[in-house]
Amino acid sequence: MTLSLRALLGATAIAAIGSAALAETTITVATVNNGDMIRMQGLMDDFNTKHPDIKVEWVTLEENVLRQNVTTDIATGGGQYDVMTIGTYEVPIWAKQNWLVSLNDLPASYDVEDILPAIRGGLTVDGQLYAAPFYGESSMVMYRKDLMEAAGLTMPDAPTWTDIEKFAAAMTNKDTGVYGVCLRGKAGWGENMAFLTAMSNSFGARWFDENWVAQFDQPEWKSTLDFYLNLMTNYGPPGASNNGFNENLTLFNQGKCGMWIDATVAASFVTGKDSTVAEHVGFALAPDNGLGKRGNWLWAWTLAIPASSQKQEAAKTFIDWATNKDYLALVAENEGWANVPPGTRTSLYMNEEYAKVPFAKMTLDSINSADPTNPSVKPVPYVGIQFVAIPEFSGMGTTVGEIFSAALAGQKTSDEALAEAQALVSDEMSAAGYIQ
Amino acid sequence: MARAISPQRKWLTTIAAWIVAIVIFFPVLWMVITSFKTEASAVAMPPQLFTASWTTENYADVWARSDYPRFFMNSVIIAVGSTLLGLAIAIPSAWAMAFVPGKRTKDLLMWMLSTKMMPAVAVMIPLVLAFQALGLFDTRIGLVLALMLMNLPIIIWMLYTYFKEIPAEILEAARMDGAGLWNEIVYVLTPMAIPGIASTMLLNVILAWNEAFWTITLTTTKAAPLSAFIASFSAPQGLFYAKLSAASTMAILPILILGWFSQKQLVRGLTFGAVK
Repeated sequence: MTLSLRALLGATAIAAIGSAALAETTITVATVNNGDMIRMQGLMDDFNTKHPDIKVEWVTLEENVLRQNVTTDIATGGGQYDVMTIGTYEVPIWAKQNWLVSLNDLPASYDVEDILPAIRGGLTVDGQLYAAPFYGESSMVMYRKDLMEAAGLTMPDAPTWTDIEKFAAAMTNKDTGVYGVCLRGKAGWGENMAFLTAMSNSFGARWFDENWVAQFDQPEWKSTLDFYLNLMTNYGPPGASNNGFNENLTLFNQGKCGMWIDATVAASFVTGKDSTVAEHVGFALAPDNGLGKRGNWLWAWTLAIPASSQKQEAAKTFIDWATNKDYLALVAENEGWANVPPGTRTSLYMNEEYAKVPFAKMTLDSINSADPTNPSVKPVPYVGIQFVAIPEFSGMGTTVGEIFSAALAGQKTSDEALAEAQALVSDEMSAAGYIQ
Repeated sequence: MARAISPQRKWLTTIAAWIVAIVIFFPVLWMVITSFKTEASAVAMPPQLFTASWTTENYADVWARSDYPRFFMNSVIIAVGSTLLGLAIAIPSAWAMAFVPGKRTKDLLMWMLSTKMMPAVAVMIPLVLAFQALGLFDTRIGLVLALMLMNLPIIIWMLYTYFKEIPAEILEAARMDGAGLWNEIVYVLTPMAIPGIASTMLLNVILAWNEAFWTITLTTTKAAPLSAFIASFSAPQGLFYAKLSAASTMAILPILILGWFSQKQLVRGLTFGAVK
């Protein structure tokens, strides 16, 4: 080969590499560490093949750290992230601040109408879809069929709180370390307050009346907290005020809980390989109190584009890939139907293969029974079932969670806890200008 | 004359020291052991120190999922870079405060230390905005500067304490022999303060290596160090304690080895001037 030919080939190669590098767009995706998100990172070859011009870089962070970082980035217009994983709590608040890019122009093949109406409603503000759901969840009762059978009991598909108390009493055997019911007690707006706020809806309680006046001094909240404290004190595990999702999952998987009322996403864990009771788990709707509302919540992890992103088109392409129907099929093909991200699309629940997954129907029924725009028995001025979609809620919710957690630990009575919560929330709402 | 220590007292002191050491080290030991368990045995109730099912699978998973060498290199560059830059500024500063103090030197030292009392989050937004404006966000040089500034008060305080122990007469003698300021610091002061400088350096490397708030807040992908690597394995929904333990072990191992081999230097430096 002559020197000039070598030089020509070399120059061509450099030019080719250079033009490829120029054409490539790199987007940064901020996400949380959970099974579905990790699975997606493992399936990126499919995206890379379909979109060789887009390179995806991942930033995986703990949930609270992620919230802090993306909030800082969005509030300062940093543009460090092109796609962010956010929850249904943030979407309406951030959309109203014009912090998110509308996704209404996703291609027709995306089929927005296929997204479950309850989930879609929570992500839509003024007719604009601001986030695409990656997985959705509600809450339900997970229970030990073998313990129920041994006690001569049958779990109805739609139990009441009275049923739950009766079953918890029958299944509790403190000598063998089995407790009738495991519920969240760890303080936090996304921990015990997610559970208690959803539960309070079924007792007819609400955070605020139509004029944003706090309602913790009303009898409905008293009934809710008294029932919860009584249930947990008599039939719950010791140290329950420290138990969140993961702690209760551990207890349930070790056979220490007769019932666990928590996120539907837990169903795949309690029936998975790390569970010692996988074959004995049954599912039922979250309990009600005969008032027309169940104690289940609605949550979705979603993908959204911050308005500060400079690569919004590439980000939309990624979101389209990660949340459309083809992606669900891709996961099913590679990981099996039980590992498909649940709770986002109607078509998934019409699939015959997915219908065979033991918790599929109960998950769908739970999601469908949740109404974030009309969460409680009485009217409310806010959106959200286990949260109140206002910026002040995360701080207030966590502080009230600490007060209720202290009540569960026996450090204060329910009356003291409710009075403290009432005073705190009233002060916060006055300071924030909701109450003139 | 020093009082003789009875054998019984020596034994008691030794046992007490071992108990304290074990209590302090136990969480680290538990983490390392957990990293070799399956996820199921990691959360077994009641907790078990040892398991029948040891595995190295967690390390393989963590290695496959993350670009560990990149995080590691970022940690090394940020920790070493911020330490060296900090020393370059702190040595002359501490020299000035120790040997030519002004009226306000003590106030200045207290003011510098007081900046450490402020919660980091209080300056988060201004610092993030400054980093974005200066193009320092998610860069190694940005983190070197940030961590150097965070730890500078501690470096200056430690060096100031060491320098104060050096007799000023030695420096005066050097001056009388014709040494200028530069030669005085480089050829007289620094060699005499090497143990102190070395322990300050080690402590600062450890502080910078373990720093999590700023290293996670000011980075995304390019400059993220091992603190961000650990954070990526924390899961609110799902039991991944064994993998989290494996990731944490991989993150602390280099600094643990460094600390182990330099413990004499560290202890000597930290107790310098404690007994006179």
